[in-house]
Amino acid sequence: MTNSIGEIADADFILTAGTNTFDAHPIIGIKIKQAVAKGATLAVIDPRLTDSAKLAQYHLQLKPGTDIALFNGLANVIIEEGLYNKEFVEARTEDFDAFKQTVAKYTPDYVSEITGVPAETIREVARGYAKAKNSTILYTMGITQHICGTHNVFSTTNLSMLCGHIGKESSGVNPLRGQNNVQGACDMGALPVVFPGYQPIGVEANREKFAKAWNVESVPDKPGLTVGEMVEAAGKSIKAMYILGENPVLSDPDANQVIHELESLDFLVVQDIFLTETAQLADVVLPAASFAEKDGTFSNTERRVQKVRKAIEPIGNSKPDWEIICLISTAMGYPMSYDSPANIMNEIGKLTPAYGGITHERLDVCSLQWPCPAPDHPGTKFLHATTFSRGKGKFQPVEHIPPDELPDAEYPMVLSTGRRRYHYHTGTMTQRTGALEVFYPNEYLEINCADAEKLGVCDGDKVRVISRRGQVELAAQLSERVTPGLVFTSFQYPDVPINKVTNAARDPISKIPEYKVCAVKVEKVS
Amino acid sequence: MVANVTLTIDGNQVTVPKGTTVLEAAEQAGIFIPTFCHDPELSKPGACRICVVEIPGARNLPASCVTEATEGMVVNTASPAVIEARKTNLELLLANHPEDCLTCNKNGDCRLQDYAYYYGVKQDAFKGEKHNYPIEDDNPFIVRDMNKCILCGKCIRMCEEVQGNNVINFAFRGFNSIVTPAMGAHYADTEISNCVFCGNCVSVCPVGALSEKAMIGKGRRWEIQKVTTTCPYCGVGCQFDLNVKDGKVIGVTSTNGDVNGRALCVKGRFGYGFIHHPDRLTTPLIKKDGEFVEATWDEAISLVAKKLNAAKDTYGPDAIGILSSARVTNEENYLMNKLARAVIGTNNIDHCARL
Repeated sequence: MTNSIGEIADADFILTAGTNTFDAHPIIGIKIKQAVAKGATLAVIDPRLTDSAKLAQYHLQLKPGTDIALFNGLANVIIEEGLYNKEFVEARTEDFDAFKQTVAKYTPDYVSEITGVPAETIREVARGYAKAKNSTILYTMGITQHICGTHNVFSTTNLSMLCGHIGKESSGVNPLRGQNNVQGACDMGALPVVFPGYQPIGVEANREKFAKAWNVESVPDKPGLTVGEMVEAAGKSIKAMYILGENPVLSDPDANQVIHELESLDFLVVQDIFLTETAQLADVVLPAASFAEKDGTFSNTERRVQKVRKAIEPIGNSKPDWEIICLISTAMGYPMSYDSPANIMNEIGKLTPAYGGITHERLDVCSLQWPCPAPDHPGTKFLHATTFSRGKGKFQPVEHIPPDELPDAEYPMVLSTGRRRYHYHTGTMTQRTGALEVFYPNEYLEINCADAEKLGVCDGDKVRVISRRGQVELAAQLSERVTPGLVFTSFQYPDVPINKVTNAARDPISKIPEYKVCAVKVEKVS
Repeated sequence: MVANVTLTIDGNQVTVPKGTTVLEAAEQAGIFIPTFCHDPELSKPGACRICVVEIPGARNLPASCVTEATEGMVVNTASPAVIEARKTNLELLLANHPEDCLTCNKNGDCRLQDYAYYYGVKQDAFKGEKHNYPIEDDNPFIVRDMNKCILCGKCIRMCEEVQGNNVINFAFRGFNSIVTPAMGAHYADTEISNCVFCGNCVSVCPVGALSEKAMIGKGRRWEIQKVTTTCPYCGVGCQFDLNVKDGKVIGVTSTNGDVNGRALCVKGRFGYGFIHHPDRLTTPLIKKDGEFVEATWDEAISLVAKKLNAAKDTYGPDAIGILSSARVTNEENYLMNKLARAVIGTNNIDHCARL
C-alpha cells in the first residue's frame, strides 16, 4: 500500500476494484464504512454484488476481465473534461501524451459496450474521483488474477497519477494483501529475481554484497522460476522441491495437473503444521510450529513490521521453521545457526536498506513501517510524497484485452473464484478451529436465479461445475450477488477443489493465473 | 492552539485543554472514577450515571463523562453524596443481576463485581423482579446472557460506530429494556441480524453478558497469561492477545493494536482452534513403500540434506525448487532465501503471493 490502513477512514472518495473487502479484509472494511459514515463517496468496481457494493453509492458491475477498459474510460472522461491535475502531471510524471492518445478511444459509450457499466455512471465516478480532495484506490486479486493483471495494475496507477491522487495522506494506490506475511515474504527475497529489499539479482554489486555477507564464493545470477513455472517443470528440469507452508495442490490452478507434476519429482519435502493435500504427496514431512509457538515478525499490507511472540511451546516434537531451515542448511554442509529470530533480523537489517533501522528491540516498543533505513528513523507512513521510486511516475498506456478463456456454446458460463469471510486460503487452519467450520461447514456455488431456473436448479441442489480441465460437485446457492452468466465459489474447501476447474493461463509479466475468469458449464446432479 | 483550563479535583489542581471532560481530567490526574457506559473510542451517552461527581453550584450530581471541565471548577469525586449515589446505582443494578459470580466466566474481570467490592455493596438492598431470558448460545462464537446485561450500550455503539454493522440496539422500555438484533432475532439469524461475529461487542462488555463461547470454563481470568502477537490470517496485521493457561491457548482477546485498535474479525478472534487441533503434525514423517512412517529429526534432516545435495550434484542447483511461505515470519523467509541462494545456489525461490 502506498498509504496506511488508518488513512482510509479519512479519504473523501474511495474507489475499490476487485476487492471483496468486507469478507476478505474485514478490518479494512471497517475503515471504509467509517469513511462512508463521515461522508466519503464509495465506488465499487466488482462483477459481484458484494457487501461493500451494497454500501456503495456507485456499483460499477462490470463484466469480468474488463477492468482496463473501465479505468481507461474513467481517464478518458477526466482528460476530456479537463479535470486532471495538470500541475502533478507536469511536475511528477512522464509519457502523458502517449497515455492520452491511448485512452482517447475509450469514450464512455465505447467502454459501456465492453464493460456493461452505464456511460453516465462512468462519467459520474470519473468526476467524483478527480474532483475529491483525497481520492484513494483499493484493489486486490480481482485486479491481479487475470492474464492482464499487471496491465490492470498499471491502469489503476495511471488514474491516480492523472489526478495527482498519490503521494499524500489518505490518497494513493493500495493493494490489500491477502496473507499475514505475503508482504514480508516478498520483502525478504522469497522471489525468483530479487534479494531481500527488492535488490535485483541481475546487478553484480548486489550479488557481490550478498555473497560476501553469506561467506560464499558467488550467488547465482540466472533468474529463478516462479511458483507456477516450478510446478510445471517438476519432474522435468526440477527434480527436487522443498515446500514450506504452502499448499499448491489446492491453491494452484488446474489442480489435477499440479498433483501429477508434484508426483513426478524425484524428491519432495514439505514442512507444515498439518498434513496438507500437498504434504500427502511428500517423501519427507517436517512438522513445523505454528505462529503461537515462535518469535519473529510479520510485515502487513501497509509495510508495517510487527512482532510475533511465542505464547506456548511447540506442539509435540515440532520445531519453529527457522530452526528447521538451519538444521537442513547445516546438514547440507553450510553451518547455519542463530540464537534467536532477533539475531536473524539483525542480519536482515544489515543487508536490506528498507529494514536497516528495524530490530526486535525497537519493535517491542512500537511497530515500524518500512522504509525505515536507520535506528533513529521513525518509519514511513505513506510513500511517494515528493518523488516516485524511479523518479518521475511513468504513464503506462494499456489496452483492453479479453480473458484467455471466454464462454462459448459448450461452456457457456464464467466461473470466478475468491474467498469467504469465515475461511482462509486453502482452509488448512480455518477448517480445524472448532468454530469457523461449524458455523460455515459447506461450500456452495453462487448462481443467479435466472440461470438456476434454466437449469432447473433449486437452492441447495447439488450441481456439477465442469471446465475443459476438470469438474467438481457442490451445492447451488441462488444469489443476487452474481449476474446471469456468472458463477462464483471459493477455493477454501478440500472437498470442493475448485482449482481442478480453473484455468492456468497466466499474466506474462507477473505469472499470476487467471482465477477470476474461466469458461464452465453447470449441470444439475440428479 | 486550544486554550487550557485549570480546575480542582479532590483538592488537586489539574490543567487540561478546553473541551476536556471532568472524567478525562480526573484520569489525567490519576483520580479514580468508575464508568460503565463510557468508552474513550465511542460516543458519549452519559447514561449509566456511575461516574457522577459533585460540583458545587450544579443543580444535581453531573455525570463526569459528559461534563466539560471549566476554568475554576471545583470537583469532588468521592464526597458522601457521590458515594451514596454510586452505591444506590450499584444496588439497583444488582437487584436484578443473577447471583452467580461463583461460576460466571467474567469473575475477576467484571466491572460490576469490582465496583460492588470497592463500594461494599451487597445484592439484597432492593428486592425486585429478576429477568429470566433464555441464554443465546446457538452459534459457535458468542454466548449472550441478557440476564447479566446492565444496559450500558457499549456493545451497541461498538457495533455501530466501529464495526459499522448496526446489529443490535435497545428495544422496549424500563425493566423490559433489552439489547437485541431487530425483531428479537439471534445473532445467528444473520439474514436479519447482519451479524458477522467479529466479537467486537464482546470486547467492550463490562460484565458477563457477552462471552467468548470457547473460553467458558477454560480458565479463571487471573489464571490466564496474555501474550500480544500478530494475527496469522490476512495481510491487515491485527494484533491481539493470545490467552494462555497451562501451556495451552484457550482464547483470543483484544489488545490495542496499531492497525486495528481493539477490533478483530471472526477469523482473528475465534479462529485459533487449529493451534491445538489433533491433526497437528507432531513428528517428522518419512514415506516408505507409499506409507508415512514416523521418524526422528536426525533421520529426516539427514535424508532431506542427502536428497537435496544429490539433486544438486547430479543435475545442478537449478534442479531444485524452493517454495517459501507467506504464512511464516520474515526471519524464516530470509533464511529460505539464504538457503536457496547461498547454500543450494539457485534463484528458484518463490511463494504464493500470486495465488
